[in-house]
Amino acid sequence: MKPAVLTGEHFINGDVACAEGAIAAGCRFFGGYPITPATEVAEHISERLPDVGGTFIQMEDEIAAMTSILGAAWTGIKTMTATSGPGFSLMMETVGLAVVTETPCVVVNVQRAGPSTGLPTQGAQADMMQVRWGSHGDYEIIAIAPSSPQEMFDLTIIAFNLSEKYRTPVFIMSDEIVGHMSEKVVIPDARKIKTVSRPKPTGRKDKFRLYKPGPDGVAPMPSIGEGYNVHVTGLTHDEKGYPVMSVDTQKEMIARLLGKIRNNLDDIIMTQEYMLEDADIVIVSYGVSARTAYTAVEEARNMGIKAGLLRLITVWPFPEQKIRELAKRVKGFVTVEINMGQICREVQRCAGIPTYLAGHAGGAIIPPDDVLNILKERF
Amino acid sequence: MKYWRVPLDSHEVQVTRGHVHIIADRCKGCGYCIAYCPREILEFSKAFNAKGYHPPVVKKDDCLNCHYCELLCPEFAIFSIER
Amino acid sequence: MTENPQNVHPLEDLVRMDRIPHIWCPGCGTGSVFASCLTAMKQTGIPYNQFAMVSGIGCSGRGAGYINIDSFHTTHGRAIPFATGIKMASPDLNVIVFSGDGDLFAIGGNHFIHAARRNMDITVICVNNLTYGMTGGQVAATTPHLAKSSTTTVGNPETPFSLPFLAYASGATYIARWTMLHARDLADSIEEALVHKGFSFIEVLSPCPVNFGRRNKEKPLDTLKKYYENTIVRNGANPAELDIDYKKGVILGKFADIDKPTHDEKYKKMYWPDEK
Repeated sequence: MKPAVLTGEHFINGDVACAEGAIAAGCRFFGGYPITPATEVAEHISERLPDVGGTFIQMEDEIAAMTSILGAAWTGIKTMTATSGPGFSLMMETVGLAVVTETPCVVVNVQRAGPSTGLPTQGAQADMMQVRWGSHGDYEIIAIAPSSPQEMFDLTIIAFNLSEKYRTPVFIMSDEIVGHMSEKVVIPDARKIKTVSRPKPTGRKDKFRLYKPGPDGVAPMPSIGEGYNVHVTGLTHDEKGYPVMSVDTQKEMIARLLGKIRNNLDDIIMTQEYMLEDADIVIVSYGVSARTAYTAVEEARNMGIKAGLLRLITVWPFPEQKIRELAKRVKGFVTVEINMGQICREVQRCAGIPTYLAGHAGGAIIPPDDVLNILKERF
Repeated sequence: MKYWRVPLDSHEVQVTRGHVHIIADRCKGCGYCIAYCPREILEFSKAFNAKGYHPPVVKKDDCLNCHYCELLCPEFAIFSIER
Repeated sequence: MTENPQNVHPLEDLVRMDRIPHIWCPGCGTGSVFASCLTAMKQTGIPYNQFAMVSGIGCSGRGAGYINIDSFHTTHGRAIPFATGIKMASPDLNVIVFSGDGDLFAIGGNHFIHAARRNMDITVICVNNLTYGMTGGQVAATTPHLAKSSTTTVGNPETPFSLPFLAYASGATYIARWTMLHARDLADSIEEALVHKGFSFIEVLSPCPVNFGRRNKEKPLDTLKKYYENTIVRNGANPAELDIDYKKGVILGKFADIDKPTHDEKYKKMYWPDEK
């Protein structure tokens, strides 16, 4: 038996770091299904969860895997699943259920190139729009993109904290490269790890209303067996949780679901800036591509091009305000991402000034030269 | 209940008796309780309930408190209590 | 009428009375199965907060919305994996899956066989009305061959599943079939299933007068008459002989009651060998 927090220095890959981050954050149930390149998350956590009194199950498919973590979450514990593109597509159904029932959970997508079976063993960042819009209906989610195994650990903890605080699924949008890359990961002392747990109801059980929001827009969440007799449904529901098929109820419910994210952007959005102060070209990137972008900024500066980096740690909700502000004072944007222009479109939407893509169809990282060529040719 | 012969100990057997309670406005008029009451003590009311169905009424006071109607009724609209 | 002047039905403490009347049509058997299920829960004597009910989508999927305990109305076909998550995280809870044949055996068929294979300690009650009632009576994986539905207007060219046989082959350790008319046997069977350690499955034949009966020239009382006259109770019957054929008689009863370690017992034993 090992402790929950394996304090010390480790040489591990991103998938394993993610599993360790989950356990350190308090995850005690994982429902999984094997898929390259996310399998190592399941393999590692299946071995580790019993150490800390948690349980693991390998379900029959990704739909079941994600559904099982919602069921487990309602017993009061923190839960997670991990997958890659094809499995992520299957999970989209349950993403909607998680959003509308406000069930905290963490979903890891170690992205590979698609569509369909695509390049199972090679990385991409082409599920960035799917994570935002993949399930039907209007909703908001939180998606975080780690750039290194260390961040797979650190950001997994943050993902759990956000999911608990806002009662929403939080997505870790990793990729095959970060997932399979081994680097030094420093796991801090357990006391230094800040964890957050969902708000719990207080007061009379007979007066309890399942979706009556607290001051921050998030409703306290009881667990099964506590005597609150909750009814949880994927149907449009009122504050009590009961299905009500009306335009007004729908409007009110969606407004609150969107509001709890949109009204807390400052708390949720994390970005990192490098040499942005005097930059006149902003490179926007996230995940493994931010490493490319970082090198590109350094090389551009050596060549006398005033480039700066805006790294999106939180990709969704999108840091719209930040892009709009930068657009007022720079010449243009370049996004670096392993896809054919997903976040690029989002930057274009907000910026309204020349925005270019350094990207490709997937299977490898973007070479810094691709970024530099755009900087030289377009600006 | 119809016997093909009277049991020898029938005079010794204590038979429970019940009162049927009908919550008429819950009824959707399926008639299952009427058709399957082992004592055949129910019949459709001539009156309508609030939903517009004919709920059951007790036609003879012969309930044995078997609770079958209570279990079968899909609407929680009928039950019996021992008297 | 002196004992109960409030006219309170004995199951009302388990029903969300503020949601009654329920959506089930006149003559629908789901309410009857639901009443038997609630009665069975009462019969076990287990405190209500040690139960959780999970439903999928469909008419019977609305069951979770009417029971006054922690209850979950999930996505179509996914009640069993949701229940699996609850059970894995909290093995002391009694988890009931109350859903329909379309939900559990077409879209959710894969989850059913795997939960049975694992001997996941949950109780699955399937209200089998032979059709997709809520969407208007389309052909189901349980619709009899030749029966008419809104998507097989000439008749069903397919062959239906035998649900208890499927459950048996998949590894369920408690298997029974009743009709909603056999309310007493059904309630007792559900009680047994709730107490049973392991994956319990009860199929309950139930009429859908509006969307199945109407197309197949069967009035609700005709359906119940078949349940009454053309069924045979044969406990321990061979699971391979349980196809639904009213001409030769539909076999009801308990077909399996096997004592086998449950998933959580095995997990505990293997992964926490030091714990008692």
